[in-house]
Amino acid sequence: MTKKFIGKRVKRNEDPRLLTGQALFVDDVEIPGMLHAAFLRSDYAHARLLSIDVSAARQRPGVVAVFTAEDMGEDWQPGPPLVSPPPTAKDVIFHSRRQVPLVKDKVRHAGEAIAVVIAESRYIAEDAVEDILVELEPLEAVSDLEKSLQEGSTLVHDDLESNLAAHLIQKKGDYEAAREKADLVITRRIVTDRGAAAAMENRGIVAHWDEKSQHLTVWDTTQAPIPIRNGLAARLGLSANQVRVIAPFVGGGFGPKMMMFYPEEMLIPWASMKLSRPIKWIEDRRENFYATTQERGQNHDVELALSRDGHILGLKDVFLHDTGAYDPYGLTIPLNTQCHLMGPYDIENFTSEVSVVFTNKTLVTPVRGAGRPQGIFIIERLLDIAAKELGIDQVEIRKRNLIPPEAFPYEHKIIDQAFAPLVLDSGNYWPVMKKALDMIGYDQFVKEEQPRLRAEGKYVGIGITPFIESTGVGPYEGARVTVEASGKVFVATGVGTQGQGHFTTFAQIVAEQLGVAVSDVRIVTGDTTEFHWGTGTFASRGAVVAGNAIHASASIVRQKVLKLACKILETPEEELELECGLVRVADTPHKSISLGELALLANPLRGAVEPGTEPGLEATAYFGPQYGATAFGTHAMIIEIDPETMMIAIKRYITVEDCGTVLNPLILEGQIHGGVSMGIGNAYYEKLHFDENGQLLNASFADYLIPSATEMPRIEVGHVETTSPLNELGTKGVGEAGTIPVPALFSQAIENALYNRELEILETPLSPNRLFELLVNEEKSR
Amino acid sequence: MKPAPFEYYAPTTIDEALSHLAEHGYDAKVLAGGQSLIPMMNFRLVQPSVLVDLNNIAELSYIHPDESGGLRLGAMTRHHQVEVDPLVAELAPLLHETMPKIATSQIRSRGTFGGSLSHADPSAELVSVSVALDGRFRLRGQNGERWVPANEFFIGLFTTLLEPDEILVEAALPSMPVRSGCSLMEVARRPHDFALVGVAAVVTLDENKLCQQARMVFLSAGDGPMVAHKAAESLKGQAPTLEAIRAAAEIAASEDIDPGSDIHATAEFRRHLANVLARRALEQAFERAADNK
Ligand SMILES: Cc1cc2nc3c(=O)[nH]c(=O)nc-3n(C[C@H](O)[C@H](O)[C@H](O)COP(=O)(O)OP(=O)(O)OC[C@H]3O[C@@H](n4cnc5c(N)ncnc54)[C@H](O)[C@@H]3O)c2cc1C
Repeated sequence: MTKKFIGKRVKRNEDPRLLTGQALFVDDVEIPGMLHAAFLRSDYAHARLLSIDVSAARQRPGVVAVFTAEDMGEDWQPGPPLVSPPPTAKDVIFHSRRQVPLVKDKVRHAGEAIAVVIAESRYIAEDAVEDILVELEPLEAVSDLEKSLQEGSTLVHDDLESNLAAHLIQKKGDYEAAREKADLVITRRIVTDRGAAAAMENRGIVAHWDEKSQHLTVWDTTQAPIPIRNGLAARLGLSANQVRVIAPFVGGGFGPKMMMFYPEEMLIPWASMKLSRPIKWIEDRRENFYATTQERGQNHDVELALSRDGHILGLKDVFLHDTGAYDPYGLTIPLNTQCHLMGPYDIENFTSEVSVVFTNKTLVTPVRGAGRPQGIFIIERLLDIAAKELGIDQVEIRKRNLIPPEAFPYEHKIIDQAFAPLVLDSGNYWPVMKKALDMIGYDQFVKEEQPRLRAEGKYVGIGITPFIESTGVGPYEGARVTVEASGKVFVATGVGTQGQGHFTTFAQIVAEQLGVAVSDVRIVTGDTTEFHWGTGTFASRGAVVAGNAIHASASIVRQKVLKLACKILETPEEELELECGLVRVADTPHKSISLGELALLANPLRGAVEPGTEPGLEATAYFGPQYGATAFGTHAMIIEIDPETMMIAIKRYITVEDCGTVLNPLILEGQIHGGVSMGIGNAYYEKLHFDENGQLLNASFADYLIPSATEMPRIEVGHVETTSPLNELGTKGVGEAGTIPVPALFSQAIENALYNRELEILETPLSPNRLFELLVNEEKSR
Repeated sequence: MKPAPFEYYAPTTIDEALSHLAEHGYDAKVLAGGQSLIPMMNFRLVQPSVLVDLNNIAELSYIHPDESGGLRLGAMTRHHQVEVDPLVAELAPLLHETMPKIATSQIRSRGTFGGSLSHADPSAELVSVSVALDGRFRLRGQNGERWVPANEFFIGLFTTLLEPDEILVEAALPSMPVRSGCSLMEVARRPHDFALVGVAAVVTLDENKLCQQARMVFLSAGDGPMVAHKAAESLKGQAPTLEAIRAAAEIAASEDIDPGSDIHATAEFRRHLANVLARRALEQAFERAADNK
């Protein structure tokens, strides 16, 4: 069936509101009598809390309350675990240590909250924070991953024997045997470092406990309002029905706003109940750098075994993963890394051993990419090195190793982030790579343009990087679709929205079933009163999981519509069509009834309703995928480097994406553009510089550089559609695809541009300064 | 990130502003475009108890020529005004070419000429450019005013000769002699960032096309504007050949500057960049000087 709405470049329903400043964000919430919170945060990364005196702060005019861990009494509890713990299998070690609302005994990372001031204004609250006298005994900080595991290292958690948070080995085939047979074994250390998500909107919470109705309303910049509601109810001793969590418009999520259950997320509602006053806390940018989760610190010792003709025989990777001061997010990130270490390649023998380590740094939870970019960076770097050593073209060596289309569904024989077997649902990798090569004019560039430019003294390089992206993981999402008497359609779903265009893509899915205009579908996301089953927006799962739940509900409503219309129009269902908000007889279109009229008839005020029927044109349905869908793609880029200043100009940027059925190319391209900008940041601009004392040296946008309009290339996007067999719409996620391959792509293109240097890039992020150092070292080692 | 409490005055004349400063002394700060001061206050790095806002003093905002063919700029002239002013383009091409390299257009629409100079950030373009152009500044206090040459005004990291009760009211930039050329070269991570290193070069040729004078002033290369004295000396009387330029750039980068290391660049990388930029700037400046008969 040709589709009328799905796959069309529909402009976004939400944009008029967003662009004219009429969309509600947490900081827009104003409630009479609202108080404001500010936190005292530790300057030290590791310190013992000796004493704290808040008396002066409590006396400052305008201060309503000051709370410390002590003041919380029994309510002081570490946060809940956010993902299920790993199965207690042999060889799996996991020590769960979760963040605390306020420091009680020991500070474990710089910026950890020690006390909270509630005052009439944020200004007064911040003044009062300076009144607090706190005595901290600084301890040696654990910052470096390797040193953290050395004998005698200072401990982040005193009750553990070491800083090892978790340990896990995954094996498939027999790597050692494969290594024996190999013609070439490449051994390298590859390091990836930390960055921030740097969403435009920081975190924010408004909590309003209404004593009279015994009801708590919380506006929260969360990606996952339902788990937050459930968690808050449990923590505060309330029934889930007494708590409403609303995630309004959110200015960027990117992972750290998932169901983190941040200390502030617990404390502000708790304080609102204590004081029976609404309270607002808006994270400022400096707090964001210390208190919002980060990602990507890993050290890998890798080996790639190959045959002479470039076939990968096996991969072995022993790595350290930095989880920061606590590990509420379990093993999600390192498992994702393991699942992407083999990229789109058919590798039979694989061993991966990860040690997760505690450090005195901000907590690590998924940031757009969530372990995947690290995996892709490793395998792509190794393949580039292999190509050089074996004298095989970079594209050719990849082509030889791609998983062939007939191998899908491809069982990887390792476990994924949900501890379920990793299966790649569908794929056809070469056509995507080929399309990227064609779009960038690979052959012509390499054979003609590059030699010509090099002769002119220019340093131009090309990169081409295929990748996969596991998306759309379970457990499930749900939605309720209602045709209203106005003929418009109302949809409620539990996931939060942070700019993904849900109000449009979800509406397109409904329009496809019900034949109404996309603009006549009103969507509500992330309000637990409207819909209270589900988990949230993460792991590129909105379009896949919530999208298919909405599709399922809309399909049921369609059946209800047809059944009723069949009676009223006295025409068999097969002869009816849903068009322009009407149900009409296909052959005699003037014989019709509007959806609105049908909705009224389905909910009569008088008369008898047939037993067994439900009123209204409404349905609620759920969708849970058997396992996650795996999207894929290829990025290609041409750069020019000024070899004297290390400044890089991106001349062309191509992405070809295959995320199954495309719901809306306009929105898809927007996702990719944003993802690529984040990837460019990860590759060449964004790095959190922690010193050996665990101090963050660049906690502001003056020193933490995110790519801006001036650094962004024009991005050309190509699409290929290999549908997923795991859901009716055939969709896969794309939220992280733009970000994942970029650091690998940059390294490849830089090496290619500096063709006359023996440069081998084994780390990300890079910077002009770091590139200069690498070149100086290369010169010295010549 | 909210500032500590402060009192606020919005005078409409210089005299009124000066009397507030005289009254509050070290506790007071002048507010110009606020692009540097307000972030520092929000970070609570500075906590002035009194702010004297200059934004309502119309007499501080102007650009006009002076008798000797030079340029006069009022302290409150916005970066953007300088950027688009035709007189600046004509009389001070170096300044004209510098302005778009400062921050973003949003910041340039607020930031002021006098604010940038008074703030004395060693990474600020205007600091080095005003020294390279041999500028002078007029400082005024309640007890009168004084003129200070740019190369004496900047005395260290974020420090100038300004007394707490003084306001920088005007900058004077002399006209460029004939057979002169200039250039500003810098490397910034993103075009709108403070430069990792930059250099303003002003050169003058004599009648025989030999170098009569070459002034290079580096930014982000030390505790203030770094004047490359030795490099200038090495060029004096020389033909501006590529060889001579290379040698001068090398001297400047290795001997005349004193860059530090930070997370964006090591001192070594900064010296390397200084060398590259000095060479490029001198080449361009000499080329322009040769055209500028
Ligand atoms: C993101 C960002 C990027 C930037 N990038 C650059 C850049 O690349 N290059 C660059 O040069 N600058 C840059 N700046 C700084 C910008 O140019 C500022 O405008 C400038 O440094 C200060 O000018 P202002 O008018 O805003 O001064 P203010 O911030 O108002 O004042 C700065 C200081 O000078 C004092 N002061 C101001 N005017 C006077 C006066 N007339 N007399 C005495 N004292 C005075 C104030 O008391 C204060 O101490 C950047 C700023 C930002 C926020």
